[in-house]
Amino acid sequence: MSEQAQARGDFAVELRGITKTFPGVIANHDVNLSVRPGTIHAIGGETGAGKSTLMKTLYGMHQPDEGSITVDGVTSTFRSPTDAIAAGIGMVHQHFMLADNLTITENIILGNEPTTSRGRIDFAAAHARIGELMTTLGVDFDLDAPVSSLGVGQRQRVEILKVLYRGARILILDEPTAVLVPQEVIELFVTLKRLVAEGATVIFISHKLDEVLANCDEITVIRQGTTVARTSPRETDRRGLAELMVGGDLPDPSGRDTHVRDSVLLEVAAVDVAGTAVGSKLALDQVSLRVRSGEIVGIAGVEGNGQFELCEAILGLVPTVRGSVSMGGRDISHTPTRERINAGLSYIPFDRHREGLLLDAPLWENTFLGREDNRRLTSGLFTRRRAIEADSRAIIDRFGVRTPSEQVPAFALSGGNQQKLVVGREMASDPKVLLAAHPTRGVDVGAQAAIWDELRRARDNGLGVLLVSADLEELIGLSDTILVMYDGRITAQLDPAEATPEMLGTYMTGEVQGARA
Amino acid sequence: MNRQKLQRVLVTSASSVLAIIVALVICAVILLITGKDPVKAYSTLFGAAGETKVLQGMLNRATPLMISAAAVAIGFKMNLFNIGVEGQMRVALLSTAVIGGAVDLPAPLHIAFCFIVAMASGALWSGIAGWLKVKRNVNEVISTIMLNFIALSVVAWSFDTFFRLDKEGESTSLLVKTKDLPRSAWFPDLVDRRLNGMLIVAIVILILFWVLVWKTKFGFQLRASGANSGAARATGVNPKRMVFISMLISGALAGLVGMRALMGDVHAYQNNLAEQQGFNGIAVALLGRNHPVGIFFSALLFGFLGEASGRLQLEDIPKEIVTIMTGIIVLAVVIINEAVKRWDDRRIQRRAAAMVEAAA
Repeated sequence: MSEQAQARGDFAVELRGITKTFPGVIANHDVNLSVRPGTIHAIGGETGAGKSTLMKTLYGMHQPDEGSITVDGVTSTFRSPTDAIAAGIGMVHQHFMLADNLTITENIILGNEPTTSRGRIDFAAAHARIGELMTTLGVDFDLDAPVSSLGVGQRQRVEILKVLYRGARILILDEPTAVLVPQEVIELFVTLKRLVAEGATVIFISHKLDEVLANCDEITVIRQGTTVARTSPRETDRRGLAELMVGGDLPDPSGRDTHVRDSVLLEVAAVDVAGTAVGSKLALDQVSLRVRSGEIVGIAGVEGNGQFELCEAILGLVPTVRGSVSMGGRDISHTPTRERINAGLSYIPFDRHREGLLLDAPLWENTFLGREDNRRLTSGLFTRRRAIEADSRAIIDRFGVRTPSEQVPAFALSGGNQQKLVVGREMASDPKVLLAAHPTRGVDVGAQAAIWDELRRARDNGLGVLLVSADLEELIGLSDTILVMYDGRITAQLDPAEATPEMLGTYMTGEVQGARA
Repeated sequence: MNRQKLQRVLVTSASSVLAIIVALVICAVILLITGKDPVKAYSTLFGAAGETKVLQGMLNRATPLMISAAAVAIGFKMNLFNIGVEGQMRVALLSTAVIGGAVDLPAPLHIAFCFIVAMASGALWSGIAGWLKVKRNVNEVISTIMLNFIALSVVAWSFDTFFRLDKEGESTSLLVKTKDLPRSAWFPDLVDRRLNGMLIVAIVILILFWVLVWKTKFGFQLRASGANSGAARATGVNPKRMVFISMLISGALAGLVGMRALMGDVHAYQNNLAEQQGFNGIAVALLGRNHPVGIFFSALLFGFLGEASGRLQLEDIPKEIVTIMTGIIVLAVVIINEAVKRWDDRRIQRRAAAMVEAAA
């Protein structure tokens, strides 16, 4: 297929010398991209390398400072996504843009409704057109079912249908596999391959090496905002591609040779947590686990299977229906959150913007957050500004947060530096137990290595860590034990020395359970 | 003061000053359209600044505005918009006039007692809105607006039914009152019959407000909850508790707003006492950026405009132009603050990025 395209010698999409600058973030500098029609073309690069910025440029969400965009041989300027759609470009976003309470048909035609001569929505025509598209994709939905009844993988298929319905021939998929379990990833690529066989072109943004190598025809690598290489799976391998992305040696999460001690620091015993909706099933169902001193216990699972509720229950932010939580042998099931924190519990939250930072506040206030009972930083009812600022500077230095000073508001930092600040704050009070949820999500390689180093060092000093992560390599590399969560329960306990990402993926879908508990 | 802090102060004050200038320009246009001479209007208005009597009046008018702006600002710090200061103030006015008038205590104690009654009744009324927000998730903007209407009606009715002095009808005056407060509950004047001592109380409240919000653990947790309740919650600060407490503090301050008029001036309750001072506090808090220093100066400005507006009539210029000006100032403040914040955020971000790059 790609030979065919080469024979034709033209490109579906061609970007030349694209430069886009933003304050404070790595954007794009002299980016060149050529995508042949009828291929799956991967844009590979680390988080923060500028992949999404580039795709937003192509989709008309902002305009480049320099450079040209050529689609099907026509050089154009996209003032808005409407222009890009008119040129045949469609975008499947990482976060789905679907209305839960509408049916599949309604979601697909939203904003593009076919009408009858009397001005009503022509559902018959819509069904016929969507039916054709479903045949092309090789999927089959009950079009009158509400989107809320669909799983994540199916929703993504609906998003693709929506884009095709609008007449897109060039599809951009922004990290489409981030939310999928391995089996769903395989299904997605079956769908995409059918699409390109029909003549469509797919631009696939990803930082996952294996799926890029296994499924894409060509690969353009972006590093630090600029395109550094154009290659294909025939010309490179996993290692080579990784080094292109990182621009050097890869950090390695592993580093076993640990000394798990006997003392149990955190024990969760048969905990039930109610679901959010009235009458819904339990969010946590008989969850038990132990974290010992010097141990990292990893939690694997597709997001939304109870990991969040588990952390909230341990922190005391949601009430437990049954069961108990204890720290260092003391039952803390009914202890207020603040006292649990003061007793040595720390938390790197799932989403640093929603739960970790005061974005408009200066860094010194951010490093103070949650530590108001620290005697060094306060005296009686009053805060000690100078001590807090000095402490903040110490955290900034120790964790290599790159910032002009502790007076800068948190929003001015890059994602990786914000995360280092949160990690630094949570480690600063020498906790006994750390709940680390996605500690390196959305950070660059350097920050990732620094955070891993800190976690390992603290663990060697006796810290107990409960590590929730979607990065399976991180889980396997760091953990002493891996627990798999599915549907609010712990369904398996695995030895990281034997586990592989594929194996974890199988357990995460809930198809296989058991193992040694 | 370090450079960054100085810059922040400059940017903040500049945007408020800019808002005032914009409002003056727009009002000048309105005056021109209505065929009046803006130069004459403004020279009359600001020419009054030289007179001691006007300045004393300004301070008197600014006194309740400082307190009511503090009441509004503490709500804003917790991301709450307490529009109910007016109603809370009314409830406190009548209950203080009645309860404070019914006891007999030595002067300092009597004044303290009246303050406590006023704060407790204001907090009681705002506590209803706080409770509704915490327990039933009722938006405080809606509940405080409704509670304003209820307060106005309930207070007017109970005053009319139980507490008015000339109930038997011997007086035809519209300014019916309750029984006078005993002299021991009168708040002393600084300048006899010209400037009341409540000004000192208002300034002390602003200082305490500053200490509470910026210097205490409680204030930090309050601001953190207001800035990101999710992050505060994750560190064990109960956002509902913070909402309720800040609503109570706001209401307690609202209770004190009318005390200059009640204890320092009229010494009895009447229905138009301290009218609008609760609402005007919102404008003062907005212009003052919820900061005590800003509130102090914007209360002075609003006090001055109110005091000097009477002069305009002498020049055949409707004094309502001052009300229009006040409204435009508020709108201009909101718009300009947002625009300046965006510009300043970008500036800070650019600078942070540049310094990081230079260091790397």
